[in-house]
Amino acid sequence: MTTTLIPSPREISTEPRRSDKVFRGVVTTGGLSSLFILGLIAIFLAYRGFEVFREEGLGFITQADWSVTIDESGNITESKFGLSAMLVGTILCALIAVVIAVPISVLSALFLNFYAPQWLKKILVAVIDLMAAFPSILFGIWGFLVLMPSVEYWARLINKYLGWIPLFEVNPFYFTRSPFIAGVVLAIMIIPIITSVSREIFAQAPLDRIQAAFALGATRWTMIKAVVIPHGRSGVVGGAMLGLGRAMGETVAVFTVLNIVFQVNWHILLGAGGNVASLIILKFSEAGDYEIKALMAAGLVLFLLTLAVNAIADAIVKSTGKSGK
Amino acid sequence: MSTAAVPTKPWAKSPQDRILGLTFFLAAILFSYFFVAATELKGKLAYAFIFFVAYAVITSTHSFIIRGPQAAKDSFVSTLVALGAVATVIPIASILFTVVKNGAPGLHPGILSNDMSMAAATDPIASGGVLHAITGTLTMVVLALIMSVPIGILTALYLTEVKGKFAGPVRFLVQAMSGVPSIVAGLFILSAVLYPITKGYSALMGAMALTILMIPTIARTSEEVLLLIPNDLREAGTALGGTQWRTVAMIVVPAARSGLVTAIILGVARIAGETAPLLLLTGGGDKVNPNPFSGSVGSLPYYIWKGFNSGSSDALTRAWAGLLVLMIVVLILFVAARALSNRKMSK
Repeated sequence: MTTTLIPSPREISTEPRRSDKVFRGVVTTGGLSSLFILGLIAIFLAYRGFEVFREEGLGFITQADWSVTIDESGNITESKFGLSAMLVGTILCALIAVVIAVPISVLSALFLNFYAPQWLKKILVAVIDLMAAFPSILFGIWGFLVLMPSVEYWARLINKYLGWIPLFEVNPFYFTRSPFIAGVVLAIMIIPIITSVSREIFAQAPLDRIQAAFALGATRWTMIKAVVIPHGRSGVVGGAMLGLGRAMGETVAVFTVLNIVFQVNWHILLGAGGNVASLIILKFSEAGDYEIKALMAAGLVLFLLTLAVNAIADAIVKSTGKSGK
Repeated sequence: MSTAAVPTKPWAKSPQDRILGLTFFLAAILFSYFFVAATELKGKLAYAFIFFVAYAVITSTHSFIIRGPQAAKDSFVSTLVALGAVATVIPIASILFTVVKNGAPGLHPGILSNDMSMAAATDPIASGGVLHAITGTLTMVVLALIMSVPIGILTALYLTEVKGKFAGPVRFLVQAMSGVPSIVAGLFILSAVLYPITKGYSALMGAMALTILMIPTIARTSEEVLLLIPNDLREAGTALGGTQWRTVAMIVVPAARSGLVTAIILGVARIAGETAPLLLLTGGGDKVNPNPFSGSVGSLPYYIWKGFNSGSSDALTRAWAGLLVLMIVVLILFVAARALSNRKMSK
């Protein structure tokens, strides 16, 4: 007599095993940590800055003064915190940077994709990526010591020939450490970012249409105009917004080159500007408890501003990726 | 006897074309030289500008004569596009050049073995060094790695392997997080950890802020790497009866290993020179601080910052030397990352 061992049928189910449940749980927790961190940033800065928001109200955004008066015993007798000059300055510097950086980036992205020989393209892509990894303090010090004299000279030229445009007016005649110089330094910092975004978008231009354009006798430029630019336009806009976000949050590079003045100034060549991030560095070392709270509130405003710009950039880049196909 | 047909390449440049191109180039150089000499314009920028204008005009006129207006526009754009590339590269060349030129005199034999506890920033260059700064930066980078690598890679795994219902929002949030200004990360740690809990500067505080800045870089690069792993591998793993956990841990992650290392290196390169949060959180001590959990600690960016703001020429040379050291660190990290990712591609 032989007994045959009949294996009991394996239970078939789509239910994940315990190890997988644990795995998915851990990974999901890790994945949601970015939400957690961003939420905590907003909550903590709002919590610390709440007192200042309540005290200053809407004036925190609309006024330009930033002053604290302390009596002998160290108590605050009077304080005024307003961010408007800093906000205007932040946006102004970032806009100058984008206006300078976008044409250069688009041209060099076109060069990399459609003009450069392979070996040159490889080298240039590496160099531009390296530049994107350079620390901001390097750009700041280089900008202050090397770039500033030249840019000041350019600013004088612009003022001489275009001074009749209100934007380029300079009065008093003071060019050093202007928002324009900060904008040029920021432009150099964001060129690698915008270039690599544009390069990737341009590289996705449909090859069949490129070949069709060439087959119809297009020159390189007419091909770019007919195929690449329509395909990549909104992607470039998204890349520019990313650069704008980066430029608005930049701290050290702007702080080294910009002369911070608590007065709203639209004249970009005049040596008086503002920047929220630089304000925080400037005031932090000698700030008392209450002023620190105001700085936290300023940080929250900056955080929300960059978040909004990044969200818009992200939406634009994403919509391009879809419409391109 | 049949003669083999020799393929012709009518589009290739003939020697005459090459000589003509070179002639145009030289002509534009000569023109810019004489133009600048003859007019009030001065400076390198003027030379470069006139050269590009002259070159664009000469080449487009040539194309116009031979092939008409479309070709003229085309060659004009070619020059313009090359100008854009040159404008992108000039700053980096200038940065590399000035840092090496100004930083090299600040290097001395003891720079890596001394700290600044016995020397002021304004002392002669030969005294003091960057030991405290390097150890401080290293401590913070290691601490930041311990915190950010698991989170970054788990985020990437969530986006590529688990693909949960929050994948879209998480991808967006990671993108948003990469745009968080470094100073805001510093303020956050200041308000959430330093004031209420530790109440003092330490390397850990700096590392926590750096972690926030590092997570998005690691997460996004890792996601790209994991997306490159062919689905066949995952299917094979599942077909062999592996659970998802075993497939990911034993097949997907090992296959993506060198790419993940690249992601981590890029993350380190991103934070190695980060200055703003360290100004708020680390205190910038001048002495080697062996305790990462308390006490003020130096770092390369802080060292450069101090030298730059001290005002004397010796301090400035110190700052340039610090920049040179920092730049070398970033360069090494960057080359390592590229070498690794290239090896992965060639496989």
